[in-house]
Amino acid sequence: MKGNEALAEAAVRAGCKCYFGYPITPQTEISAYMAKRMPRCGGVFLQAESEIAAVNMVYGAAASGVRAMTSSSSPGISLKSEGISYIAGCDLPCVIVNVQRGGPGLGGIQPSQSDYYLATKAAGHGDFFMLVYAPSSVQEMADLASRAFDDADKYRMPAMILSDGLLGQMMEPVSFKDHENPPDNKEWACVGHKNKRPHNVINSLYLKPEELEASNIERFKKYDIVKKELHLAEEYLTEDADIIVTGYGAAARIARSAVNGARAEGIKAGLIRPITLWPFPEQAYAKAADTAKVFLDVEFSMGQMVDDIRLATSCRRPVRFFGRTGGVIPTTAEVLEQIRRIAKEELK
Amino acid sequence: MMSEIQLAGFGGQGILFAGKVLAYCGMLADREVSWLPCYGPEMRGGTCNCSVCLSDEPIGSPVVESPDIIIVMNEPSFAKFIDTVKPGGYAFIDNTLVEAQNTRTDIHAFAVPATQLAGDNDLAGGANIILIGKLIKETGIISMDDIEAAIRKIVPAKKEKLIENNLKAIKIGYDY
Repeated sequence: MKGNEALAEAAVRAGCKCYFGYPITPQTEISAYMAKRMPRCGGVFLQAESEIAAVNMVYGAAASGVRAMTSSSSPGISLKSEGISYIAGCDLPCVIVNVQRGGPGLGGIQPSQSDYYLATKAAGHGDFFMLVYAPSSVQEMADLASRAFDDADKYRMPAMILSDGLLGQMMEPVSFKDHENPPDNKEWACVGHKNKRPHNVINSLYLKPEELEASNIERFKKYDIVKKELHLAEEYLTEDADIIVTGYGAAARIARSAVNGARAEGIKAGLIRPITLWPFPEQAYAKAADTAKVFLDVEFSMGQMVDDIRLATSCRRPVRFFGRTGGVIPTTAEVLEQIRRIAKEELK
Repeated sequence: MMSEIQLAGFGGQGILFAGKVLAYCGMLADREVSWLPCYGPEMRGGTCNCSVCLSDEPIGSPVVESPDIIIVMNEPSFAKFIDTVKPGGYAFIDNTLVEAQNTRTDIHAFAVPATQLAGDNDLAGGANIILIGKLIKETGIISMDDIEAAIRKIVPAKKEKLIENNLKAIKIGYDY
């Protein structure tokens, strides 16, 4: 299955009942899959008139307590950011998929990772964050989509799957795990009060600054809990590593091959692959900085995650960067060459 | 062991399908597999290619830079990919459609008039699978059992005629 299709199937199995989309390469297979699948499982598929309409449909569906999803690629996600901010301001759970392509502007349609800042720092206006997951294989496209729905409900916040054109378009074997039906306990949802309880109000407008401040402070208390509970990373050969290579998503696959290549040449390299990007798995980096001598961050961008690595390690070790951008995919040989250069110049 | 395979031709020749068949064979043989199509501007221009990796280790990049094996089914694909084949690698060329001759002596190149053979045997559109048959014979990376199982898996069971045609095409390529 293609990564896009695996993600869509996993979403359906996780109880997604409403999908609203608007076509854009390289994520259109998600919409196409949902168009076929949703009517057969009692769900709703709707191709909206624009990305903005689609995200606002998610806003409405989420307010009524239904598991809802939208997907797009980079330029379309920019359009959705107003709606994402409203959803966060109302503490609503939903899943937003970004199958990244090159930017800025219309950019290109080839795989890219240049929306890291957008996803983790600037998903829209206002004081808020989203959960951000970074799958690295077709299997993880499925597994993390499923998990994102559960976590979004648990913390009542929007969750983003930050994928890219490579993972969306490629096929790999995938198996789907059984998923328990989502619990029906959304007491806050607007589903009709039948004169039996007070109205539920879903709203992000607070005209009194003190009330808005209180709601933001309350939300950030929740973020502190999320940061404690949710920080996923894969560590590979890190224990004795002098050089920690790091990257997320598709870039981590290439980094891993390069680490294996370096080990074959006797260079002690290891890999940290963040699986959640917000919260950023600082713990893994802080621990590695105790023993490793230098970090190498590999991305399909001009370098966006590199700042978070410096913060997570409190700048105790140098953090080097290697990336290709605009839709160009770095090769294993290029990354290995960077590791060799660092080993030669910086490890004495 | 890792086999990196590049398939290329015009849209409509079944390039993506042939790649899928190879990936399925790898999966049935319990190997790690990946399949990556082109979806970029070249696709809009009518040419089409895809990359397949079969490996005993987890696959890093699914992008194939220097393939062990290529299948090329038109002139532009031949020109683009023939020089990328690893020394000692294999090239399977549909010479009904590719006039240019291979001049590399460090690879195993096989010219098969696959489109002609498909036409002669009433298998229009089967040239891709004929080349796969030849690939199986010359490289041995896939077993005949796995290819048959893969075709039965991918082609819908209700299209029994198509399954038969594909199996026939494999045999024609294998015996050529």
